[in-house]
Amino acid sequence: MSDAISALPGAAFEGAVRVEESGLQGMITLRGDFGTAKLKKAVKDTVGVAIPATREIAQKDGRGAAWMSPDELLLLLPYADVTDALGKIDKALSGTHHLAVNVSDARAMFRLHGATVREVMAKLVPVDMAPGAFAPGQIRRTRMAQIPAAFWMTDEDTVHVVCFRSVAQYAFDLLKDAARSEGRMGLFD
Amino acid sequence: MSTRLATGGRLLDKGRALEFTFNGKRLKGFEGDTLASALLANDQMMVGRSFKYHRPRGIVASGAEEPNALFNMGEGGTFEPNQRATTTELFGGLTCTSQNHWPSLEFDVGAINNRLARFLPAGFYYKMFMHPRPLWKHVYEPFIRQSAGLGKAPRDRDADTYEHVYAFYDVVVIGGGIAGLLAAREAGRAGAKVLLMEQTAHWGGRAPVDGGTVDGQPVDKVVEEILSELSDMPNVTLRLRLMGAGVYDHGYLLGYERVRDHQPADKGPRHRLWRIRAAQIVTATGAIERPLSFAGNDIPGVMLASAVRDYAVDYGVSIGDRTVVVTNNDDAYLTAICLKKLGLDVPAIIDARPHGASQLTEEAKALGIRIETGKGVAKVKGGRRVTGVAICMQAGEGSAMEEIACDAVAMSGGWSPVVHLWSHCGGKLIWDDEKAMFRPDVDKAPTGASGEAFVVVAGAANGALGLADVVADAHAAGQTAAKAAGHKPKKSAAPKADSPSENAIAPIWLMPQGAKYELRSKAWLDYQNDVKVSDVQLAAREGFESVEHAKRYTTLGMATDQGKLSNINGLAILSDALNQPIPQTGTTTFRPPYTPISMGAIAGAARGPIFQPLRRTPMHGWHEENGAYWEPVGHWRRPYTFRKMPGEAIETAVAREIKQTRDSLGLLDASTLGKLVVKGPDAGKFLDMLYTNVMSTLKPGRCRYGLMCSENGFLMDDGVVARLDEDTFLCHTTTGGADHIHAHMEDWLQCEWWDWKVYVANLTEQYAQIAVVGPNARKTLENLTEDDISAEALPFMAWTDITLGGIPARAYRISFSGELSYEIAVDAGQGRALWDKLLEAGAEFAVTPYGTEALHVMRAEKGFIMIGDETDGTVIPQDLNMEWAISKKKDDYLGKRAQARSFMANPDRWKLVGLETTDGSVLPDGAYAVADGTNANGQRNVQGRVTSSYYSPTLGRGIAMGLVHNGPDRMGEVIDIPKVDGTVIKAKIVSPVFYDPEGEKQNV
Repeated sequence: MSDAISALPGAAFEGAVRVEESGLQGMITLRGDFGTAKLKKAVKDTVGVAIPATREIAQKDGRGAAWMSPDELLLLLPYADVTDALGKIDKALSGTHHLAVNVSDARAMFRLHGATVREVMAKLVPVDMAPGAFAPGQIRRTRMAQIPAAFWMTDEDTVHVVCFRSVAQYAFDLLKDAARSEGRMGLFD
Repeated sequence: MSTRLATGGRLLDKGRALEFTFNGKRLKGFEGDTLASALLANDQMMVGRSFKYHRPRGIVASGAEEPNALFNMGEGGTFEPNQRATTTELFGGLTCTSQNHWPSLEFDVGAINNRLARFLPAGFYYKMFMHPRPLWKHVYEPFIRQSAGLGKAPRDRDADTYEHVYAFYDVVVIGGGIAGLLAAREAGRAGAKVLLMEQTAHWGGRAPVDGGTVDGQPVDKVVEEILSELSDMPNVTLRLRLMGAGVYDHGYLLGYERVRDHQPADKGPRHRLWRIRAAQIVTATGAIERPLSFAGNDIPGVMLASAVRDYAVDYGVSIGDRTVVVTNNDDAYLTAICLKKLGLDVPAIIDARPHGASQLTEEAKALGIRIETGKGVAKVKGGRRVTGVAICMQAGEGSAMEEIACDAVAMSGGWSPVVHLWSHCGGKLIWDDEKAMFRPDVDKAPTGASGEAFVVVAGAANGALGLADVVADAHAAGQTAAKAAGHKPKKSAAPKADSPSENAIAPIWLMPQGAKYELRSKAWLDYQNDVKVSDVQLAAREGFESVEHAKRYTTLGMATDQGKLSNINGLAILSDALNQPIPQTGTTTFRPPYTPISMGAIAGAARGPIFQPLRRTPMHGWHEENGAYWEPVGHWRRPYTFRKMPGEAIETAVAREIKQTRDSLGLLDASTLGKLVVKGPDAGKFLDMLYTNVMSTLKPGRCRYGLMCSENGFLMDDGVVARLDEDTFLCHTTTGGADHIHAHMEDWLQCEWWDWKVYVANLTEQYAQIAVVGPNARKTLENLTEDDISAEALPFMAWTDITLGGIPARAYRISFSGELSYEIAVDAGQGRALWDKLLEAGAEFAVTPYGTEALHVMRAEKGFIMIGDETDGTVIPQDLNMEWAISKKKDDYLGKRAQARSFMANPDRWKLVGLETTDGSVLPDGAYAVADGTNANGQRNVQGRVTSSYYSPTLGRGIAMGLVHNGPDRMGEVIDIPKVDGTVIKAKIVSPVFYDPEGEKQNV
């Protein structure tokens, strides 16, 4: 376990915003009926938050839950806690139709930080990044240039992007390109 | 000659002179010039040669509609052909050359075509080059390619960068003229989020040149006021140099921003493509003046009247000392008045209308300008430059009454609203007889998903030509758009503007009305593609009655300007020739982009390393460092083989890998294989429907190979399914099938069997998977684990969880090579670590990583099929003799019914066999086996085809699989397989299992 590595350990770039690979991040795909008390409790017990509303993400103390579809959540938690958490979820939901799997290694994650993160993202994703339209607490599963990606903001200056592990290098190169300091357009100034 | 005036030039900063180079000549202009105005200021009237006849051509227009002034711009990595001088802002150090001439602009050999014009009418190429056939390829085409084309193709890689941006607005106003400004103001005042875009570098459009007053104020002051109000609105974004390129469904709009074409020394992207979603789009795109069709209307010095005015007012450039104005409407009088006031000579206004103009007549007369009504231009005199015009009666056939010496002709055939963006997504047009123009039919706007209009047209683009009409129309359009976007505009009165009263335009499409052939054949419609009035008339006579056909036959409107000047004139001529009203002829289709946009902008950032996503497995880095010769597999890169040393031949490397694997130990990175977890009480039932065999009876801990067919019965994927527990299965798919089989599963679960309790998750990338293959595979694993993996504990087609070198792993004992083989799955984050440990543990067995080609050859030696080789979307499992994998017991599975259809159950289908060449050579992949006789088309009959073919190093000969008519019943028969070189290979039909048919090697 100790020698697990993330997709691009230590990758970082300073441009209009800072882009860095986030390192190992525990992730669980949880599918089930959001309406059941058992599932609600399992989510709360695992990541400490209630099931988020459509296209939202709830986070608390380094853990969280993101809405992925009407019957799918992405649970965020420390990488080392995943195996344990999966065991507990399966126990809590035994007898209930559900699916909980570890997807931590299937993904790569990036953190973008800087005053113009909204503009950097607007160059890559078909999402309205205007302050009134997208805000911390929301999540989008979308397309980033030619790959699927999901992202959310934790504050006005910080965006987290998740993509598949195999395209981590492409995603990093894309983000670097969009974060070049020369291309600034003042879209949300 | 054209020259810079001592005064004027409202857009110039005369304090800042700029040097530039045209055809090697160093010239001077000012900041604020366009390349066109700067060339004209330097008396460079002639700017190129025409496409077909190589006639001298000059600048005609002052904006995006310019057909002639196209240049090769820049050098090396910034070279770009066909750049329009009228929309190119001048910058210091600009370098350009003219196009379409040899050896030089002044002396051009191709100009001989002009003398031969009579022999080069419309459709000439179609008629001439049909026969004899071989001459086209060897004589005509090379010749035409040499002489055709405008600019040169760039030789170097584009040195600039480009990008896209996604943006969202309530209202996007396209066009920053007075109409666009007013519409944006109304939408902005209503609280809508507004983007106002203008393709040029200046706000206000034509209004400051044409003048007039709004609410008693000069219009240029009004422009400034509105701009200042808009700048203060936080909900309004103003962008210059951003063109509305195309309007698409659902309010999707492409904007083309030329970020730093005017400041090439700046850093950052050169162009930016805006991918906009707008609730409402306002097209305030103005209007374009039409040329008049008279003989010699293409001689340098003949220009649109509005352009002559623009150059004088905006850039302080006079096109000539003596300018004759020719018109069929009042507007051109403004040019005469403007020039006269600047102290230039206007020998005459030739007005084709018997009654001339209204209010402006007096003003022109007061300035002493001679006005000739009911007259036309018989022909323009001059070659490389206008020297005079011959005047005739418009109603006549062109007998010259008088010649007037002049060095410029300002013509106006009326105005055509720019309806392109309105039309892109289905907006309809109506013909306005009174104004002689097509204008938007506001009742038939492009509509969105709800059936409501999402495009509103404003100002001149809507056919409102006078300032008063423009202002009122734009004010209303802004309110309409804001309201439609969900805002509540306050009621407010439109500003009041003054514009002179005008007499109606006369629909003059040919000058003079009865022009003889020799005049008509020198009256140009399309300057860029060299199409004349006589060509369109010929097309009509030859039966090209549809405007779309006539367009393609004559090439009218098919050049890079897409007929901005020529389309209306051309279809009017066509209508006349067909004796039908213009609306009956109709327009050709307006397609995006409005003007050509750069390839770079379309590509955006997608170039170099981010041209396309490249998928990498966790072991990709090792492969890269160890001589991987890559094979693209979808977006993945997989090692085809590993070259041990740089010089090693590919075939040698493949053979080495196979031999070493069969003899001792090979390693394969199998991480790309699809891995789908299927879980739920109905998972077994679900998989029984998806696979042709029964999966629900599989025991936890065991694996089973399965086939998946489409509803139509055709084989679409295969792979090994492992049952993880009572509720859970892990389905391996092919590499290419991972995503679409996942989608296939979700499709059936969401759309058909929505009440089945099954969840699917795609875990393809969660695991790195490594195949450990060969007689020493078990020993190697035993070096790394304490767990029991003996033949008894982990038999063939079983799986177990073990710890390998301290890493939790799942070992599947499955084989695609016929050897003792394990596929080991670990979390992707530890894939590389395990790979390294296996290399170390296998060192004593000379472990050999192998690539996809060795994998392919080994599976073919064993007669295993490969999706995409043995299948091509038309093959069913029965064709591959795989009845053993099709359950007879099941009531149903996807594809079952289709496979029962007569042509699927037909015993005559081609079936899988092995093919062994009699001479041991390798069959060409995909080659056909021929049969006697020919088919109805006279083609040789065929009886089979090669689906996989390799050199087998194990057997030392070529091996192949193929689908052959009645193949399994014809064992031992020899069939003929011709090669493309005409020789024939003879191949014996054999069993497709070439190696270890008893399966002894994997069963240990």
